[in-house]
Amino acid sequence: MNFSGLIRDFGPLTVTGLTQGAIIALFALGYTLVYGVLRLINFAHSEVFLMGTYACLTFWGLFGLDQNSAAPGFGGMLLFLVLGLVAAVVASGATALVVELVAYRPLRRRNAPPLAFLITAIGASLAISEATGVITHRNQRGVPPIIEAKSVISFGNTIITNLQLLIIVLALVMMFVLDRFINGSRLGRGIRAVAQNPDSAALMGVNKSRVISLVFLLGGLMAGIAAVFYDLKIGVTKYDAGFLLGIDAFTAAVLGGIGNLRGALLGGLLLGVLQNYAAGLFGSQWLHAAAFVLLVLILLFRPTGLLGESLGRARA
Amino acid sequence: MRQVLARAIGGVAIIGLIAGAAACNKSSTTTSSTASGSNCGYKLAFFGALTGSAANLGVNIEQGFELAVNQYNKQKGSDCITVAKFDSQGAAEVAPGVARSLVADKKILGIVGPPFSGESEAADPIFEAAGIPTITPSATRVSLSANGWKVFHRAVANDGAQGPAGAAYIKNVLKATKVFVADDQSAYGQGLADVVKTSLGPLVAGSDKTEGDGKQTDFSALVQKVKSSGATALFYGGYYTNAGVIRKQLSAAGWKGTLVGGDGMKDPGLAKAAGTAAAVGTIATCPCSPPEAASGTFVTDYKTKWNQDAGTYSDVAFDAANIFLQGIDAGNTTPDKLNTYLSTVNYKGIANTYKFTSTGELDPTLIKVWAFKFDETGNPKSDQEIKTS
Amino acid sequence: MSETAVAPESAVSQKPGWRANGGTRGWFARQPSWVRAIVVLVMAVLAYLLPYADSVPLIGPQIVTQGIDWPSALFNMSYYVLLALGLNVVVGFAGLLDLGYVGFFAVGAYVTAMLTSPDSFLHTQWAWLAAVPVALAVTMLAGLLLGWPTLRLRGDYLAIVTLGFAEIIRIVATSTPNFARGDQGFTGVPHPPGTLANGKPVFGVTDATPYFWLGLSVIIMVILGVRNLDRSRVGRSWLAIREDEEAAEIMGVRTTKFKLWAFAIGAFIGGLGGVLFSGEQGFVNSQTFVLQFSILVLAGVVMGGSGNIAGAILGGALISYIPDRLRGISDPLFHTDLYEFRFAIFGVMIIVIMVLRPQGLIPSRRRAMELKDREKEVAPQ
Repeated sequence: MNFSGLIRDFGPLTVTGLTQGAIIALFALGYTLVYGVLRLINFAHSEVFLMGTYACLTFWGLFGLDQNSAAPGFGGMLLFLVLGLVAAVVASGATALVVELVAYRPLRRRNAPPLAFLITAIGASLAISEATGVITHRNQRGVPPIIEAKSVISFGNTIITNLQLLIIVLALVMMFVLDRFINGSRLGRGIRAVAQNPDSAALMGVNKSRVISLVFLLGGLMAGIAAVFYDLKIGVTKYDAGFLLGIDAFTAAVLGGIGNLRGALLGGLLLGVLQNYAAGLFGSQWLHAAAFVLLVLILLFRPTGLLGESLGRARA
Repeated sequence: MRQVLARAIGGVAIIGLIAGAAACNKSSTTTSSTASGSNCGYKLAFFGALTGSAANLGVNIEQGFELAVNQYNKQKGSDCITVAKFDSQGAAEVAPGVARSLVADKKILGIVGPPFSGESEAADPIFEAAGIPTITPSATRVSLSANGWKVFHRAVANDGAQGPAGAAYIKNVLKATKVFVADDQSAYGQGLADVVKTSLGPLVAGSDKTEGDGKQTDFSALVQKVKSSGATALFYGGYYTNAGVIRKQLSAAGWKGTLVGGDGMKDPGLAKAAGTAAAVGTIATCPCSPPEAASGTFVTDYKTKWNQDAGTYSDVAFDAANIFLQGIDAGNTTPDKLNTYLSTVNYKGIANTYKFTSTGELDPTLIKVWAFKFDETGNPKSDQEIKTS
Repeated sequence: MSETAVAPESAVSQKPGWRANGGTRGWFARQPSWVRAIVVLVMAVLAYLLPYADSVPLIGPQIVTQGIDWPSALFNMSYYVLLALGLNVVVGFAGLLDLGYVGFFAVGAYVTAMLTSPDSFLHTQWAWLAAVPVALAVTMLAGLLLGWPTLRLRGDYLAIVTLGFAEIIRIVATSTPNFARGDQGFTGVPHPPGTLANGKPVFGVTDATPYFWLGLSVIIMVILGVRNLDRSRVGRSWLAIREDEEAAEIMGVRTTKFKLWAFAIGAFIGGLGGVLFSGEQGFVNSQTFVLQFSILVLAGVVMGGSGNIAGAILGGALISYIPDRLRGISDPLFHTDLYEFRFAIFGVMIIVIMVLRPQGLIPSRRRAMELKDREKEVAPQ
């Protein structure tokens, strides 16, 4: 147990933990939204994320950018970032909608038991990730350096780079925007109504199908943003990137209280930071074990997660 | 009605799948040989990863092996020896079933492979029980030769030689005073890193482990530890998939040191992940000589046949196949006789000269370890031979 | 069921159709017991003769696997079927969503290896047979350990905690070089005992047929045991818990006790699979016990028809057979071994089956009825 190492690296590990945590939180939003409304663990959400990572890479590739390119100047960086985000968000959102339409809607029509949804989700996840794997020959793909890492803030041995700052700030902003949307807008009210009681909501005139599609879309949008950040931070993507990070994201969602938006944020950030502390203390190979041990402990003492509440009960 | 439809579709799908598979079923072995002349009509097998995440390394070896057999057949003027390929995907739990398939074919006299240490553990007992000689061109785990297997032969140095070579390079060429050592907990990577750690002694400024190849993508904690330790060299025991990501994240964090590793890292895939700029200068040791140093026309022949440059151990596999072929040509046409032949063979191949000890290891005087450096094109190019005294 | 709507038909006194009478299973249940016994016996004998399936004219060679030795493929099927049977007890009978079932398989295999391998830190080096009861006991204990803290958790939280447990087991297996030896693993795990008349061991390395027969015998014993459990008070309690846990509690069913039973028995069967696996392979390392394995087995159980034994067997057999059957065959487009496509094909198959037939390929009658009832509850969209 490397205490001195942890103390020495505490600042940098916190920063990198928050960055990774922000990505996980955005990714976790998809799980929590869908669960809050449908009581469904959307296993296929990891592939929604995966499609986002490949979409922005493909898009950047159209401009001749690959892992060997030089970083573009400020203007180019901004342009490619925004366009990459758009590409990823479109791809992720579309994937989410397609999965909902093909895999879940027929089951919902038939009021199938929850286990059937879960299995179909697993099927969709397998189909998409494996198809991607075969097409990419299971090779990983490098990401072009869109943002050249420059130190923005530094104190002690802690450096916060422009990329890290961007990720953390943007994640918080998106979370805030989503929160306002769910709690403030008419569509958001519809979402909360369906989350509380789907049939009453339908009776009150809410278009259930549209709300559900919207929920999937929102989750997909968030995942798309997370996907671009993942590409920029990690530097590579692979056919199983969704699966690997998805376990973390799902854990974060449950940790914070599944169905709870703020819980997803808290869970994600907490998970990212604690994972890195554990890696610093015990060794990088315990990164994922730390997440699970944390989860089991929290659930033992607080079975509904840290923030517990569900989407339906969010304050107006 | 829907139920009937569902059953019909399900039934048709399953039948169609199997029928289609059967129809497209080209058996993995080529058609039986039209033997002419004595010592013909037999098979040599390749056993290893042809698909899966580690496929690159397996395919390089298989292609070298097949080139040798094709040239032999051409020289003989007939399809004398047939190639049999067995795909184990490099996975230990898949290997036994595939290995049993192999030993069921009584025409197979020898095996080039398995290329990985893990699957060797699982499959070699089966080859030993069946008495079929194997020559592995790349499985470097030291303990493999300690199992008492009579059919086991290794055409390269094991990690016991590669490790000290890596440490020697770091000490003498890089002249690093602080070194960080990490590994991916694989049998190969951990073994190598442990040897390096022992060899470097007080130069080790810190150590860490990561999860296995492809199971982890966020190495920020490792990167941070490397930076904080002040190390100017990082030795990573592992494969190119993880190593590429680590190299990339190290560069992004501003670490300017050198990444050093073993033959598992010696693949252009590392540069494809990290980007050629970040990968430049990365060192991968290998108990193999550079393919360009291979004598004869091997390099051009390989390029002509496979439309790719020869990869790691392709030349060793070529030699291994030729050792078998020479043995068969000399009349050793049963696995048992061929195995006995191997114990006394002294073969001068294109990559090295081969003589095996009683445990199947390559004669220590014939061991060579080279260092390869990644250049600006993202390819590992030979740097220098490391003398292990 | 709305039997009243059928009244006009029966008034015309038509003989009820094949399906209304329960189809094949109904016919089977109506036969006298000696007929039933003979049918079961014949099926069991046929199962034991499966290693010789390639001698069957015409369809034999199409059924038999290409890239992998057929008895080995059969053995793989046998431990997958065992796992499916065990998971069926947890998920299908008791309704407890377990996403980490591979953990029990791993514990069984590892304990066997630790007790028998010369590499082990225990230095005990027992025979395989001696290690079996200890391995099974430890696995059952693991099942109880997993079950006890998770009793309070609702279905979906239970899912993620079980997943977490399995991952913790895998990571401990990978990252403890002195205990579980990670990727290096345990070599030299001995095979099951027995010598033939000519002195050669029954369970050798080159022929997987004896292993398959052993696995098949274990499967038959497990089927008998689980079936008896299902028809007993335990099975009825599981049914009550699965349908509505709170109502069951109110009616006096000791849900805690029976949920723990479910975990323990599921773990036991999973451990059986692990014990057989390590005895056959002779080598145990951490690479085998990955999360995808759990997910695959779960998919198999639900695809085959959760809640009934025949469905679990079919599902388990399919998820092992189809990938192995696809091995060695090259596809014309990408020139990759079809084996590479196995998960993609499964994924699509799972979706198709779930959408068209969510009760699974062989549904339990109760399940089919449950689903029909649920369909009627759908509010207008």
